[in-house]
Amino acid sequence: MAQKNNHTTLQETNLDNIAGDILRPVGLNIKFHAWMGFLTLTLLACLYAYWIQFNEGLIVTGLRDYVSWGMYLASFVFFVAASLIGMLISGVLGLLGQDWIKPIARIAEIIAVAFAAVAGLVIVSDMGRPERLPYVFMYGRIQSPILWDVTVVTTYLVISLLLWFIPLLPDLAIAKTRMHHAPKWLSTVYNFLSLKWTHHPDQYKILFRTTRILLILVIPTAFAIHTVTSWLFAVNPRAGWDSTIFGPYFLTGAFVAGAAGLILAMYFFSKNYKLSSYITADHFNKMGKLLLLTAIVYLYFNINEFLVPGYKLKTADAIHLKELFTGHYAWLFWTVQLGGLVIPILLLLFKPMRKPLPLTIIALVVFIGSWFKRYLIVIPTMEHPYLPKQFVPAEWIVYEPTLIETAITIGPLIMVLMIITILSKLFPVVPIWEMAGMGEDETNDHKKAE
Amino acid sequence: MSDESSNKVPNNQNTNSRKSRRDFLKSIGYTGAAIAAGGAAIYTGYRYEHAKGKSGMVTVLTNDNRLVQVPIDQIHEFKPDPHALQKRGRQGLEGRRWVMVIDLAKCRNARKCVEACQSAHHLRPHEYHINTLIMQDAPNTAPYYMPKPCQHCDNPPCVSVCPVDATFKRQDGIVLIDNERCIGCRFCMAACPYSARMFHWQEPVLAQEYETSFTEYDVELNTPQRKGTISKCLFSADRLRENEMPYCVTACPNSVFYFGDENEDAVTNGTTKETVRLSQLLKQNAGYRLMPELGTQPRVYYLPPKNRLFDAPDKELTGNHSTQTT
Repeated sequence: MAQKNNHTTLQETNLDNIAGDILRPVGLNIKFHAWMGFLTLTLLACLYAYWIQFNEGLIVTGLRDYVSWGMYLASFVFFVAASLIGMLISGVLGLLGQDWIKPIARIAEIIAVAFAAVAGLVIVSDMGRPERLPYVFMYGRIQSPILWDVTVVTTYLVISLLLWFIPLLPDLAIAKTRMHHAPKWLSTVYNFLSLKWTHHPDQYKILFRTTRILLILVIPTAFAIHTVTSWLFAVNPRAGWDSTIFGPYFLTGAFVAGAAGLILAMYFFSKNYKLSSYITADHFNKMGKLLLLTAIVYLYFNINEFLVPGYKLKTADAIHLKELFTGHYAWLFWTVQLGGLVIPILLLLFKPMRKPLPLTIIALVVFIGSWFKRYLIVIPTMEHPYLPKQFVPAEWIVYEPTLIETAITIGPLIMVLMIITILSKLFPVVPIWEMAGMGEDETNDHKKAE
Repeated sequence: MSDESSNKVPNNQNTNSRKSRRDFLKSIGYTGAAIAAGGAAIYTGYRYEHAKGKSGMVTVLTNDNRLVQVPIDQIHEFKPDPHALQKRGRQGLEGRRWVMVIDLAKCRNARKCVEACQSAHHLRPHEYHINTLIMQDAPNTAPYYMPKPCQHCDNPPCVSVCPVDATFKRQDGIVLIDNERCIGCRFCMAACPYSARMFHWQEPVLAQEYETSFTEYDVELNTPQRKGTISKCLFSADRLRENEMPYCVTACPNSVFYFGDENEDAVTNGTTKETVRLSQLLKQNAGYRLMPELGTQPRVYYLPPKNRLFDAPDKELTGNHSTQTT
């Protein structure tokens, strides 16, 4: 494996081989066009749904005065959650000196960038007056958690974008002369974006120093984005949200969703881009362990979140929990809790389940379960206000998402896929220079200096 | 009259831009009077034609209590300055602390309060600023009717979470919503434990009328209502400015509502017009507030449903999820 070649002198043939492997899928082929065409058509359909909502008002959704936040908010929480994987991989594991993350760190950043970039749009789709979005900046009140959320999500997006781009610089310089099969403009773009990178040791020193600062910054920022997102709910005096552990509860849940998302992407790239000698079975095994660890921590917070109010059964909490455990949401709740959390934990304890294919299947279930988990956090609480719901039309009592609402919810997901496709198809997804061991002397110097 | 209107809304002529706007309106007023109809001045023309039949002069009471005569063709419609409306709407009435007391013993769910409110604020029958609920505190206690307006909390969760200062607390205790500012995020609805707020999921019921006859937005009445924004009980801030009691209070046929000023320690019954001491009323009847444990400090007090004047509602008929679709 490439990253094991510590302290070996840089061999041009080695670099050629690695660059050849990693750059082979880069470029615009017929598959890319077909896939992007499909995504564009789907997105247009979703945008048409949004156009209807924009004209008719949110009446076209299942939202009404009691359940005034629904699928859009659940989806927003999910998007912010999924974007946190960038911080967990590059930030936490990277700073801990876990070198095995090198080939997958960039994929994690791509996921982070894609989900963080679109999360804001999900919120705009929920707004009754989207054209007044600038008011948030013009008349913003610092007391409102929405202001905190806007601030930290934007910050996180910028840091994640830099954490994707800066380590890409050496690769752009390597790739610009080797893109024989790609269109010429792509080489020009690479040349421009590589910012005159010459692989000079001083450049690597700057790169390491910058990345290190960003990695340190990204940890509190990522904690902040999901903690603040949880506070959008926890600051409201409602049963099911009125919880002091909502911050860590959301944060650990985010790591589960993000780790699952990363495993899905890893599987796709290792198979489709034929990168299995870089994204190896060992990486899947380690990611399986990471998913297991995060899921266990999340389970711990789930137990806290349900057992403690369930023990006391205060009136409003009792109604809420009954609805989840045995009521209207019971089937969804138990499917998500058991199928999306408990059973994956049990399976992941066994090594064969952490092989690429079984792990990917488990990750897919966990990933979908994570979305529905957010649905269960947002909606049942809104359906049970303190005062009775009376003298309103029957459809106001229980929330049922509409088709238009579903299409508008799918739209941002399509955009995420588009961003991931573009970033992974036009640029190398695995860092070539790190695989080839370039700049390692500078890293070691830097580490000694620390 | 320029004198009169500038007295009423002092900052009308503060800046050049406003002055030019006034001039513009004035010119529209003349045109409207001359051609009797047209554009935004239809109403002016109507008034002019109406008065012309009687006399060439009209008697007007000025702000300093003088009766003066003015040629009718010199009259132009008083149009409130939107900035002035906003400013006074956000400040509130100085020295007042409005308070409402709801006597649950007298409510029989006549829903006249609801209707009066909906008619004043241009709402559909299922869009509520005030709703009357059927409450039952425990399985073995009798059900009772409870009118539920906005509680106008002194520690309002809705105001804390609003990202753009669209909903705000005034010095006279009223929590208002500015639908020209509201971005429709509905955070305030999520924050309100009393489900007091409503959202315009669709065009408001009078949307077409708003299009044909332009009315300046008054934050104290929250009309014209707007699609995609929040609306809520305003304690009828526009009525209070005119020294009148709120729409719901005066509409009640069963003397359920008391309304008044906490600073004066006096509340007046909307039906009987009897004025009583607020502190005594609350003390003698063991007045209480909704969900005091949440720390929201409501400005609406309830008197317990003791010795109810009307039969308790039939639980079979009403249930918990009664519907009234229209």
